[in-house]
Amino acid sequence: MNQPVNQTDIQHGILEQQRSEDRKKLMVNGVLLLLLLAAPFVMYPVFLMKILCFALFAVAFNLLFGFTGLLSFGHAAFLATGGYTTGYLLTNYSGLTTEMGIIAGTLVATLLGLAFALLSIRRQGIYFAMVTLALAQLVFFFFVQSKFTGGEDGMHGIPRGELLGVINLDDNLNMYYFVLAVFIGCYLLVQRIVSSPYGQVLKSIKQNEARAVSLGYNVDRYKILAFVISAALAGLAGSMKSVVFQLASLNDAHWHMSGEVILMTLVGGMGTLLGPVVGATFVVNVEYQLSQGPLRDWVDPILGGIFVLTVLAFRSGIVGEVQKFVKKNLG
Amino acid sequence: MTMMKKLLTSAVASALMVGGAQAEISDKTVKIGYLADMSGTYRDLAGPNGLKAMEMAIADFGGKVGSAKVEVVSADDRNSPDVASSTVRRWVENEGVDMVGGMVASSVTIATTKILEENNKLGLVSGSAASSITDAHCTPNHIHYVYDTYALSIGTPTAIVKEGGKSWYILTADYAFGHAMEADVTRVVEANGGEILGSIRHPFPTPDFSSFILQAQASGADVIALANAGADTTNAITTAAEFGVTQAGQTIAGLVVFLSDVHALGTEAAQGLQLTTGWYWDMNDETREWSDRFMEETGARPTMVHAGIYSSTMQYLKAVEATGSDDSQTVRKYMMEHPINDMFAKNGRVREDGRMVHDMYLAKVKTPEESTGEWDLYDIVRTIPADEAFRPLSESKCKLVSGN
Amino acid sequence: MSMIFGVPAAVLSGQLLIGVINGAFYALLSLGLAVIFGLLKIINFAHGAMYMLGAMATVIMFDALGINYWVALFVAPVLVGIVGMVIEYFFLRRIAGQDHIYSLLLTFGIALMIQGVLTNIYGVSGLRYSMPDVFKGGVNLGFMFLPYYRAWVIVAALVVCFGTWFMIEKTKLGSYLRAGTEDSQLMQGFGINVPLLVSLTYGFGVMLAAFAGVLAAPIYSVTPVMGSHILIVVFAVVVIGGMGSIGGAIITGILMGIIEGLTKTFYPPASSAVIFLVMVVVLMIRPSGLFGKEA
Repeated sequence: MNQPVNQTDIQHGILEQQRSEDRKKLMVNGVLLLLLLAAPFVMYPVFLMKILCFALFAVAFNLLFGFTGLLSFGHAAFLATGGYTTGYLLTNYSGLTTEMGIIAGTLVATLLGLAFALLSIRRQGIYFAMVTLALAQLVFFFFVQSKFTGGEDGMHGIPRGELLGVINLDDNLNMYYFVLAVFIGCYLLVQRIVSSPYGQVLKSIKQNEARAVSLGYNVDRYKILAFVISAALAGLAGSMKSVVFQLASLNDAHWHMSGEVILMTLVGGMGTLLGPVVGATFVVNVEYQLSQGPLRDWVDPILGGIFVLTVLAFRSGIVGEVQKFVKKNLG
Repeated sequence: MTMMKKLLTSAVASALMVGGAQAEISDKTVKIGYLADMSGTYRDLAGPNGLKAMEMAIADFGGKVGSAKVEVVSADDRNSPDVASSTVRRWVENEGVDMVGGMVASSVTIATTKILEENNKLGLVSGSAASSITDAHCTPNHIHYVYDTYALSIGTPTAIVKEGGKSWYILTADYAFGHAMEADVTRVVEANGGEILGSIRHPFPTPDFSSFILQAQASGADVIALANAGADTTNAITTAAEFGVTQAGQTIAGLVVFLSDVHALGTEAAQGLQLTTGWYWDMNDETREWSDRFMEETGARPTMVHAGIYSSTMQYLKAVEATGSDDSQTVRKYMMEHPINDMFAKNGRVREDGRMVHDMYLAKVKTPEESTGEWDLYDIVRTIPADEAFRPLSESKCKLVSGN
Repeated sequence: MSMIFGVPAAVLSGQLLIGVINGAFYALLSLGLAVIFGLLKIINFAHGAMYMLGAMATVIMFDALGINYWVALFVAPVLVGIVGMVIEYFFLRRIAGQDHIYSLLLTFGIALMIQGVLTNIYGVSGLRYSMPDVFKGGVNLGFMFLPYYRAWVIVAALVVCFGTWFMIEKTKLGSYLRAGTEDSQLMQGFGINVPLLVSLTYGFGVMLAAFAGVLAAPIYSVTPVMGSHILIVVFAVVVIGGMGSIGGAIITGILMGIIEGLTKTFYPPASSAVIFLVMVVVLMIRPSGLFGKEA
């Protein structure tokens, strides 16, 4: 590096630029937060909660796919495990408060994630995707066979109960702010992880695994940890979803769900923080709005078309394309 | 007489209106939601043609109840209870929907009826098979209209055992509804003096049935019963024909078979198949007249589910008109008190558990020689009286049944 | 009667034979996938849809034009092959050189579109197709009744599988193909039209799927969704065999048919899950599948 004439000046300049960028980010985030807080007064709260749950699911998936470069084709297993566990506990043990049920569901999904990770982490590329798919199919088989899931009828009437034994979650607004708080917490956590030194290692693994190994990193350990965190967050999303809807079903465990979260992440912009959130919002909305309207018989082919269009024309997703546009024209 | 009745009811209704009860029909609109699988596995059972059937009923009724207009909203449930519950919640909480009809997948139906119960709206379930809908999952807010697994697994086995088919082998879809039907069939067969030689639980869906058919063949049973549905059933029947099961003297009994399935199989593969149905288009002039109109609209003959959607919508509108109210309990009470007599059911009754009981029919699929056309598929062999066809209330686990 | 694990030996031999027949079917389907992945590095999630198109085309051509089974056996795969080449030309070509995950997503989207459109036109109950008269009936082998048609399926599938393997691995044409897809610039230099070669290869791969579809038409319910059920299983077969290994796909296909058949005898509920169990175990021991080259 060249020795600048006045180093402190430049440092000061960089710092200033950083600050203004931080300020911009803070402003954007503040506006977003206000919108999210006000949203249930404009839109239907249950639907918003559905979006938040899927957004968290996609954020979890993206931590693995977008930032570490591992394509899991079995994330439905964690979503369903979280949901079924929480649903089972809250239905059968009335002494449990809601957050205890959710924590338990998340823990079981985390353990399952660890098992998946240990079995799959040494596989490369498409083989990794296929092992996770196979393991998720075995989990699906387990849920089909188990009595407690209610098979294809599903698990119904899960009580929303009371948060910490005090706040009544049957009230949609209370429930919404709880889900929102959990979502924001998880989002900030992922943001921290990605920008931490650990996150930098994950990115370097994604770019060039061999180099990361030669730099002396225990790549497997890093990947396993990323997988487990991702599974935990996916499980948390499933747990919350089962409380919001008061039901859990086999749809969440089916491999189509694993495909859907890929679509969400891709459409929103993989490897960006906001991408999966935007993608989940977009896909859930498209599916829902289409299923209500005159095109309701055509949801599947339209979703297929979105897949095709995204891969061909917008490979960096909505957020990625916007970022590119901003950089090109405004930066 | 009917004229008189109509006059009277409208007189009563207008008297009520004057009496300040305008709110009896909420928003002056009877709003009906049609929820069904429009694009997946169960599409042909109810699907887009079911919506047509519902619209036909509304049009035949005149499009209005008194001065209130009738509106329909519809959605694809994607066979997902999530999608179903977001849709139905919005319908009843924000859009003033009074009644939801259709519904096929059991997970969708159970999720929907729970929401209807919370919001005190009405559900008329026509597509679902699971008998648990009026048993463990019964609510005071829905009626199960057309058929259920209990009714389907009674008719066919009773008749076949009586004809001499004593030993049975069951191919069961490894799912809750398959297990329930296997248990029902076992009970019926044994009660009539037959025996169960064995059963196989196969995954859902199974693309190739040859292995299971071979095992059923090797069992030497008189009858092979199919406790599955849809593509599994049609695949099993095709494979049975291919492996010469019927030529070798074994009988195939389909438990959940719809007209659309038999139409897909054709009489060549399905001939001689015995099945139970809640309705058939070619039973009498009334059914034929309606089916001809349905076919003009859709290009296909109606299944029992389509007919049930038409009938239940019509009965609902009649009840709203008669009571002058779209309140779910008022309407349900009226429907329970007034027997249903139309092209779908004769003397059908709605019980306290929400089960609509009516005669069911044992049918036999015609041979290619007997069949005069693409849709000339069934011979109705026997009428199963309503009292025998459905689960008696004495066996019910439903919370609404007195004594439970 | 002699018994093996509580199952009569006769029944077991019947199940084994059925397993081999289904295995031949899997082999045919996974072969196409292996050709497409091995030569083009495309993960073809539209393979199930192509299989379905083959079956649908057979039925529709018969209904509309009276085209019989034997003609369909050639015409349907060619038509589907052309559809495949169109897909390659307009879609897949645009993402050549990208991570092959994108080909998976793209072809999955295409499959959803094809399936969805056909569902809206033809419904899901299935289309009627009768067995050609020559195949009606069967032969009693003593331990089981073997329908003639199943015997034909196994012969046809194995002949096509072996022929394909021979063409790609043992002939000059095959070596051009392999070289052309591995080092396209070099082959372009030799005056070979590589893009055309790629189109033809993809078209050929989906032809194999369509051929399996024609074979399936008389015995399985022909519906727009028939391919989506079988897709994941066939993928598992290819992965177990080693992605891209052509001989591996054939052998594994038959092997999986047998394993599935045995599961259907001893513990039927698990017969759809067993292949995934095998897949996990195999990849634990051999990370690139049974016959795959080490990555």
